[in-house]
Amino acid sequence: MAEAPPPSTYLDEFEDIPGTLIFNTYRSRQGFRLNQFCMSLMKDANRQAFRANEAQYLKQWNMTPAQVEAVLRRDWTGMMREGGNIYFLSKLFSTDGHSFQHVAAIMTGSTQEEYARMMLEGGRSPKGNRSKKHPEL
Amino acid sequence: MARITAGVTTSHVPAIAAAIDLGKQAQPYWQPIFQGFEASKQWMAAHKPDVAILIYNDHASAFDASIFPTFAIGCADEFLPADEGWGRRPVPVVKGHPDMACHIAQKMILDEFDMTVVNQMDVDHGLTVPLNLLFGDLKPEDEWPCRVIPFPINVVQYPPPTGKRCYNMGQALRRAIESYPVDLKVVVFGTGGMSHQLQGTRAGLINREWDTRFLDGLTQDPLALTRMPHAEYVREAGSEGIELVMWLAMRGALNDDVREVRRFYHVPCSNTALGHIILENV
Repeated sequence: MAEAPPPSTYLDEFEDIPGTLIFNTYRSRQGFRLNQFCMSLMKDANRQAFRANEAQYLKQWNMTPAQVEAVLRRDWTGMMREGGNIYFLSKLFSTDGHSFQHVAAIMTGSTQEEYARMMLEGGRSPKGNRSKKHPEL
Repeated sequence: MARITAGVTTSHVPAIAAAIDLGKQAQPYWQPIFQGFEASKQWMAAHKPDVAILIYNDHASAFDASIFPTFAIGCADEFLPADEGWGRRPVPVVKGHPDMACHIAQKMILDEFDMTVVNQMDVDHGLTVPLNLLFGDLKPEDEWPCRVIPFPINVVQYPPPTGKRCYNMGQALRRAIESYPVDLKVVVFGTGGMSHQLQGTRAGLINREWDTRFLDGLTQDPLALTRMPHAEYVREAGSEGIELVMWLAMRGALNDDVREVRRFYHVPCSNTALGHIILENV
């Protein structure tokens, strides 16, 4: 388990950005096994083994109970909090037959239809989404 | 001697790969996107480069979580399209230029850019989508019309290299290319971007104004862009908007003076503001 990161102006700046988890070296340590499990799904034989018995397949990856739980529940935000990175997680949702847009919609708490409409209307405005300290920006 | 004649930037959205592979190009959602590249494809067909140096990021395909090389160069004879979870893409195998790639790696390392040399790797949508957009929908039995040297930059694990570092790296790449003793026409691709965020409650962020300033700055004042800190990319262009540092790597490989010959910008392409530009050296 990675220790808490030391104080860093570089990392602090990202902490002020709302609704965003930055996959830094510390989260990379935290999510290593979860992300390696996801990578294993790039092989068809592994996808089949995973689909046949998810809980059994996950045992070989020595993930934390919270990581295993998040995978089984397809709790994408939970996987991100446990150190998952979206490009690694994409192997899992591709295995499920889902797109980036499907998962992005879930993480924002909207339906895929609502999310797709927001994108068609020009996407989420940066206004009000730039800074936790300065929501007026 | 080899020479760089132009730079190409483009987003490399994976949904474009799916649209091509599933034959959806004529659907109303996709038609304007593919139409936007028609003139660029014609430009490329007339330009006829011998080699494309394709700067992109590996999206956890060739490199798993055990290693995140900051700057890497593909020196293999060929590169297979990666299986990103739904099988390998039905596109041609990418033929490399190992002799030139080895020369570039050696020159750049001695020029103090410590490249990771990759002798075997698969290439994901980050590389194959730009090839499709500029060279068309080729099938596995076809051949891409030029050799391709894959040039992955880490933008997955923070910190990625700074924009300034990428720009300086592009300058070193140019010195390496121009010292290769074969008369070859080289086009440098910088891919990824523009504004997009794929994760968290802020997913879907698009910033047209900021993207437009970035597109303008690429020709007019790239040095100003190199001074931008990572946090500004993320705040203004989303967590995956950071991919735009790779455009600055391309820009560093060109002349100070360039002419913008193509520009295309379209929202949305899946979660992303799609941006594309072609710059010719003047």
